[in-house]
Amino acid sequence: MTIKDVKDALGARYVCGEELQDTEVHAACGSDMMSDVLAFMKDRSVLLTGLCNPQVIRTAEMMDIVCIVFVRGKKPDDTMIEMARERDIVLLCSGHRMFSACGLLYEKGLRGGSPYR
Amino acid sequence: MNEKIILNYNVDSDDFTRAGEASGNVKRNLKLMGVDPDIVRRVAISLYEGEINMVIHSNGGAIEVIISPTEIEMILKDEGPGIEDTELAMQAGYSTAPDNIRSLGFGAGMGLPNMKKNSDELKIESKVGVGTTVTMKVFIS
Repeated sequence: MTIKDVKDALGARYVCGEELQDTEVHAACGSDMMSDVLAFMKDRSVLLTGLCNPQVIRTAEMMDIVCIVFVRGKKPDDTMIEMARERDIVLLCSGHRMFSACGLLYEKGLRGGSPYR
Repeated sequence: MNEKIILNYNVDSDDFTRAGEASGNVKRNLKLMGVDPDIVRRVAISLYEGEINMVIHSNGGAIEVIISPTEIEMILKDEGPGIEDTELAMQAGYSTAPDNIRSLGFGAGMGLPNMKKNSDELKIESKVGVGTTVTMKVFIS
């Protein structure tokens, strides 16, 4: 699945990084707790979150996350958008709630990591 | 890369907007040096968790990262207040972080366990009223 497929499945819009829309994504993680995200290890992931602060971008940077989907209509501010641009992270906004957004991507074949141990 | 490279950063208490700048800088440097991506990510996660902990819990401090051909050593030294029960702090899910920190996405009690999981060595030395020094190592070979 590509970032464009994620965007289409969620009816989302690009905030930045549209030029990277053909990047492949292999897994996804949905959480408002960045502590949980940092315990999740998977290459080329998508992060779905309702949290909207600069630490979301930094967490994505540490985890090599290629795309962040802000759910529940959350909108990142200019500082966050600039940070994402500098790090080649695609930002998407979706009006879906977390459960529905995760479900739509799961239905399209995207999976999470293995169970936490 | 035969010599040691030393990177130093100051970490301010409660400056949540800048939290993670040091970890991001270290990550970019390691990538430029051509270090294995898996090692880079483990260092970045361990250091970021530690840096966040310093911002949330400490009175400020400093981070030193020593990069050698065989290992990456991270020394996070703060100026207090110190950890009362280190063993308890290591338990997954235990946290003394206030509610406002949870609303920022942290404080789930996963920081220290995650640092342990991603580093090859973790040592915590703490004295209440004095400060805490966390030393982590990730081996390259």
